Amino acid sequence: MRRIVITGLGVVSPIGQGMPTFEQNLFGGVCGIEKLSFDHRGETITFPAAPVKDFNPDQWMDPKKVPLLDRFAQFAVAAARQAITEAGLTLTPALAERTGVILGTGVGGQNTVEESYNRLLVAGATRVHPFTIPRLMINAAASQISMELGVQGPSFTVASACASAIHAMGTALALLRSGLIDVAVTGGAESSLTFGTLKGWEALRVMAPDLCRPFAEGRAGMVLGEGAGILILETLEAAQARGARIYSEFAGFGMSADAKDLTTPDVNGASRAVMNAINDAGWTTDSVNHINAHGTGTRINDATETAALKQVFGDHARQLAISASKSQFGHALGAAGALEMLATVLAVYKDCAPPTLNFKAGDPDCDLDYVPDVSRKMTINRALNNSFAFGGLNASVAVQKLR
Amino acid sequence: MSNSQIDEIMDIVAQKALLDRSRLKPEARLSDLNVSSLDMVEVVFALEDKFGITLPFNANTDGAGLATVGDVIALVEKQLSVQKAQG
Repeated sequence: MRRIVITGLGVVSPIGQGMPTFEQNLFGGVCGIEKLSFDHRGETITFPAAPVKDFNPDQWMDPKKVPLLDRFAQFAVAAARQAITEAGLTLTPALAERTGVILGTGVGGQNTVEESYNRLLVAGATRVHPFTIPRLMINAAASQISMELGVQGPSFTVASACASAIHAMGTALALLRSGLIDVAVTGGAESSLTFGTLKGWEALRVMAPDLCRPFAEGRAGMVLGEGAGILILETLEAAQARGARIYSEFAGFGMSADAKDLTTPDVNGASRAVMNAINDAGWTTDSVNHINAHGTGTRINDATETAALKQVFGDHARQLAISASKSQFGHALGAAGALEMLATVLAVYKDCAPPTLNFKAGDPDCDLDYVPDVSRKMTINRALNNSFAFGGLNASVAVQKLR
Repeated sequence: MSNSQIDEIMDIVAQKALLDRSRLKPEARLSDLNVSSLDMVEVVFALEDKFGITLPFNANTDGAGLATVGDVIALVEKQLSVQKAQG
């Protein structure tokens, strides 16, 4: 089987744009959560959220094209440009046909949807912006990356809510292993910090009033984020032949479906996804050092994820350094698994587990090592990155040091 | 709170959680009735609409505070009086 490696990273996130800033803020314990305000009929309504700050799409694409892209697709193009540049990869015509864009997006062009409804239903306009449809379609970000980078091979979007990006990256791994493609531009992109979306999440009664505090005692729920994370994947052989910098090996992928409840996670479903990733990578459970958890900060997710890790790892669960990066950049839904994959790859590459912020104290249901508040230098040879989506769709990916 | 209001609350709980109305008594435990947290989200939403109130309910932290049907009735009663006092 072909071995697949990670040779380029790109990011637009609530804790920084570009990998140097992201890395510094990730390990430095920066929190990107703030209060986001909306004017609603003269009243100011605020939500805790983790927005991307000071994003300038003109920096990443022809300014004339910017109006064709919703914010989530602009993020995707910006992160993809960074990643391909960092990988030092030139897509010759032959290689372009053997390259694919496999991207995770959970919601799509929500900024465009709400802007259109506002025009029609609130402001009373009789028409919407001419690019409404091509901006809002959920595959728009994948298509825009393909056009901007000239990628001509298999390209599509994977949508599985909060697990979209991990399903996308795992699908890219499978396509690369099978020989259907030789290079993948993969990850996730999302931007849905709109008034309507935030109201929708509020109505589910699972949102924290202030901060995201995964695995902590008294945690009160999620905080939404946004952003894009992109990885360049290629075969070990090709990367070595061109002398590329190799971050780590993308060693395995596991999936499962709970087949139970729309919103309540299931221990057995989660543990099967994690175990499938470990088996796919050919690892033993006791060789894993680090987990980037789904860790949303809801009472039920964090307790269920802890129980699933105990089920998979047994006593070794207590040896794991478990980081919940949503405490830093919120829950970016379809991009979450990609931003957390960047954190996982950096953890392996730099031998450092990022912190779980806002921790204070552990919960009786969450009694493992969650790397509270401060990042930790430690040897990390093997790591997993989990996402568990609404709808009971679970995915986990395995990353290891190249040896 | 009037008996008719209590009846209305129990009607909503029964309707949203798909329960036989005759099983609902103030002392009945929501867990015994298999009312899930997602059911409660729907119940709370319907109660807010019906009575024109806002119920401070977070499925993460307040699940334990609403153990019985009577707790739900008490929460609605409390919010009705709070919002009445605020005019």
